[in-house]
Amino acid sequence: MTAAELAADFRDRLDAILLAHVGREGPLLPILHDIQAEWGFVPEAAEPVIAAALGLTRAEVHGVVSFYHDFRDHPSGKHVLRLCRAEACQSMGADALADQVRAALGLDWHETTPDGRLTLEPVFCLGLCACAPSAQMGDRLVGRATLDKVRKLVEEARA
Amino acid sequence: MKDFIIPSRDMGTPAVKSDVTVTLTVDGIAVSVPAGTSVMRAAAVAGISVPKLCATDHVSAFGSCRLCVVQIDGMRGTPASCTTPVSEGMVVHTQTDEIATIRKGVMELYISDHPLDCLTCAANGDCELQDMAGAVGLREVRYEPGASHFAKRSAEGPNPEWRPKDQSNPYFTFDPAKCIVCSRCVRACEEVQGTFALTIEGRGFDSRVSAGMQSDDFLSSDCVSCGACVQVCPTATLIENKVIEIGTPEHIVKTTCAYCGVGCSFDVHMRGEEVVRMVPSMDGKANRGHSCVKGRFAWGYATHQDRKLEPMIREKITDPWRVVSWDEALGFAASRLRQTQADYGRDSIGVITSSRCTNEETYLVQKLARAVFGNNNTDTCARVCHSPTGYGLKTAFGTSAGTHDFDSVEETDLALVIGANPTDGHPVFGSRLRKRLRQGASLIVIDPREIDLLKTPHMGLGLHLPLRPGTNVAVVTSMAHVIVAEKLYDEAFIREKCDWDEFLTYAEFVLDPKHAPEEVEKLSKVPADLIRNAARAYAAAPRASIYYGLGVTEHSQGSTTVMAIANLSMLCGNIGVPGTGVNPLRGQNNVQGSCDMGSFPHEYPGYRHVSDTETRELYQRVWGVELSPEPGLRIPNMFDEALAGRFRGLYCQGEDIVQSDPDTRHVTSALSAMDIVIVHDLFLNETSNYAHVFLPGSSFLEKDGTFTNAERRVNLVNRAMTPKNGYEDWEITQMLANRLGGHWAYTHPREIMAEIALTTPSFAGVTYDLLEREGSVQWPCNEAAPLGTPLMHIDGFVRGKGKFMHTEYVATEERTGARFPLLLTTGRILSQYNVGAQTRRTDNVAWHPEDILEIHPSDAENRGVREGDWVRVASRAGETTLRAHITERVAPGVVYTTFHHPTTQANVVTTDNSDWATNCPEFKVTAVQVSPSNGPSDWQSEYQTHSDLSRRILPTAAE
Repeated sequence: MTAAELAADFRDRLDAILLAHVGREGPLLPILHDIQAEWGFVPEAAEPVIAAALGLTRAEVHGVVSFYHDFRDHPSGKHVLRLCRAEACQSMGADALADQVRAALGLDWHETTPDGRLTLEPVFCLGLCACAPSAQMGDRLVGRATLDKVRKLVEEARA
Repeated sequence: MKDFIIPSRDMGTPAVKSDVTVTLTVDGIAVSVPAGTSVMRAAAVAGISVPKLCATDHVSAFGSCRLCVVQIDGMRGTPASCTTPVSEGMVVHTQTDEIATIRKGVMELYISDHPLDCLTCAANGDCELQDMAGAVGLREVRYEPGASHFAKRSAEGPNPEWRPKDQSNPYFTFDPAKCIVCSRCVRACEEVQGTFALTIEGRGFDSRVSAGMQSDDFLSSDCVSCGACVQVCPTATLIENKVIEIGTPEHIVKTTCAYCGVGCSFDVHMRGEEVVRMVPSMDGKANRGHSCVKGRFAWGYATHQDRKLEPMIREKITDPWRVVSWDEALGFAASRLRQTQADYGRDSIGVITSSRCTNEETYLVQKLARAVFGNNNTDTCARVCHSPTGYGLKTAFGTSAGTHDFDSVEETDLALVIGANPTDGHPVFGSRLRKRLRQGASLIVIDPREIDLLKTPHMGLGLHLPLRPGTNVAVVTSMAHVIVAEKLYDEAFIREKCDWDEFLTYAEFVLDPKHAPEEVEKLSKVPADLIRNAARAYAAAPRASIYYGLGVTEHSQGSTTVMAIANLSMLCGNIGVPGTGVNPLRGQNNVQGSCDMGSFPHEYPGYRHVSDTETRELYQRVWGVELSPEPGLRIPNMFDEALAGRFRGLYCQGEDIVQSDPDTRHVTSALSAMDIVIVHDLFLNETSNYAHVFLPGSSFLEKDGTFTNAERRVNLVNRAMTPKNGYEDWEITQMLANRLGGHWAYTHPREIMAEIALTTPSFAGVTYDLLEREGSVQWPCNEAAPLGTPLMHIDGFVRGKGKFMHTEYVATEERTGARFPLLLTTGRILSQYNVGAQTRRTDNVAWHPEDILEIHPSDAENRGVREGDWVRVASRAGETTLRAHITERVAPGVVYTTFHHPTTQANVVTTDNSDWATNCPEFKVTAVQVSPSNGPSDWQSEYQTHSDLSRRILPTAAE
């Protein structure tokens, strides 16, 4: 596709999302979720378009997008591994686990493997404090996480 | 407010209006305030300053800094005083051991992430963070150095949290290292300015102020550089570059902005005779503490190198200028004026007064024509902007001015904006209107262009009637048709305040089927149902106001549209109550005043006709000379008479008629035919290319006087520095008059105002003492209204009964055809002002370096025009070239440009069609053709050559 065709394709897909939310109360977050589902991240070029459609400004949309860690400004790897770093998990050894996992995967926070398959993200509370430390691979939650459990998750995901 | 150096008390939270008064005790002091007031403000009223960082009386309370905590008897914990409303009998303690500990702890946290470079900081001595550290007795910070936003490097290397300064805005600097994330700037941008250009991005420790998106800086964001964020910033994070350069100011002079007709009050912050910054006054009744980029920042023209400070003369306009003494220049001017009158008669010379000079200066210039020249050849730039307003409103209501004050917008339920672009042309009013629109008022816009007001964030949907230029009368009359046909009018109001029989004939007139929306749709291109909806909405709103601008007046039917607007307001009883009214948004700072002061050839000050014997005798008595009962020449007539050889001398003060008047070539030929043209201005402007005498003028910072804004408000202008040219403008006019035998002996403008008050009933009560005491007054100000009149026509119209005029639509003679198929309309942009003589000499050019032509994509495609291409715009009168911008803001068949730059000379293209009643030129409609072009037109090249030649100045001879 040429640059012009790419731009037109981008606008068409974005307009379709905006159209789907016309008349909805509090439409900004649902729109951002759909955009992230469509592109894997929220492209900055979408922010002024959303703003114009909702009677907001691009600064306001940027404020919301940047507030939520889960809205990404660039694509993630195919799979995202999250490790909880909040207080309950820390008290159950989350920091040590995090060090082990980072060493084992060769990834620091927010980094993605060179093959683009896995991204490592910190998260602050998954609501699983009773089974701390906890982790998440894609939509799957894991309690009492250990290096072995995490390795297994990664291998399954890579398979 | 940074209020340490020059205290202007910040009350912490905005004032609240309430009929209920609550009494409470703060630190043992009883204080009564309106219900709903915050504890912080109540304490301030009692004279107690509660420490605060995120609170300021510019924006509503936020409660984030936790420094303003207090203890209240019977309440648990330590509530924030900014967000806690007062209640009856409340007992408040602003200082206890517990509070002191909390505040110190909060300050320690703030300071742990703030650089301690106070001595070399631009806000040193003017920093609220510094003040608060002192107020809470902070003596140590116990936190170890750790992650910070201010250290450029840490032991491990570059600090990823550090961000460089954003210096993209030419007037202020954003230094994130100093930011305490109080979000005052974000809230001021939203609440005060209404632009929503700023946000807090991220969360927690990552929270930062961001202009626009990640990739934006201040200049590329939506920021309009109004400076509200700079004004409220408590630290050096957002600060004026002038303060960085000069240092803190040491005294204040109160004055009035010299740009648009809003007439904002300003505090000029001075150090010696140098301006450090301009800060809008909180007690300014037109602007309520707000300003735009022009008023706050664009005053550098006063010291620009282009400014001419010495008088100059030349025999012929082809000669180079010769710098001479005041004596020689005035002598030369006076003898040529007298010679011209001797050769060609008393009526062969005249004056043009300025809408930028003060009332007192304008009064003297028209007095010069009437009392010294002995004719009534005086006119003013209002001729080319709002003369139809004067005529139309006088006919309908009995006064030549708007009916309401700007505060009234706070109570309106619907604003009908016609042919005006407030967010660009009258930005502070635009912000006040936007605030009301966010609160739920409805908006109807009648304009060929989709103006920014329609895109107000958080407003909801406005109704836009995108009419074809030149069809205002048809559309407004059609709204009246709907209101009458559907019986939506206010019968009680009409019966009481207007003449019922007259209304019945008017009703018959508007009910004619040719005024029906379906018929009007054919010529205006506005869908009939839009006209119907607009009419119904206007009639249904409890309080509907009309604001209009030059898009109404600068037409062949300008006066008719003003009357049609007056009809609408009378039909629905929208007069005499706050939130309603007919309000012209006047262009220049003192255009209202220049009209009030008798600048027109047929009227003495106060709009009294020159043929009125009583008035004439009054002036003959006061001035001690015989006066002519014959009206003099209007500006266009002066040009026509000049070409006929009968009008040969002109004194033109503070106006650039070559650039601002229509059909430039006609103007320049007329000026070239004169024997003596005297230009009195700050700069060698375009008109001075045709002048024989140049008298250097003084800027508004260098003079005393008064300006009258669009709401009839007479505001004081106070001298902040010595005139660089040696004299205030009124002194120069007086010297010229005395050379011609005037025997004037004014020593201060207050004496001129005394003469105005003595001779003009609507100004009878105006004195400088009153203005100094009250800040400003709105005329009429006399025995009946000693403190002035904010709202007019409350108990009936000034003329007696409101007059319904029949407003027949007559198409302009300016029609599109095969050769000129597009309609050109002209307008303004925020950062530039009028002909740009001032704003082009400031950093405002960062936003608008050249005039551009807006054209619809379909029209552009038909002509092979791409974005940014040079295009030729040709009309029956002339042609020019400029760059094209392709946008759907204009309808197909319509193109739009501004006239801020002399190299574009958009008025070469405009024609000499004009309003039937007042000769106001039809700037807003010109049939044109647009075609691709390679560069400047022949006219532009020729003009440039002439301009370069006529600005030569001979080197001064050695003393």
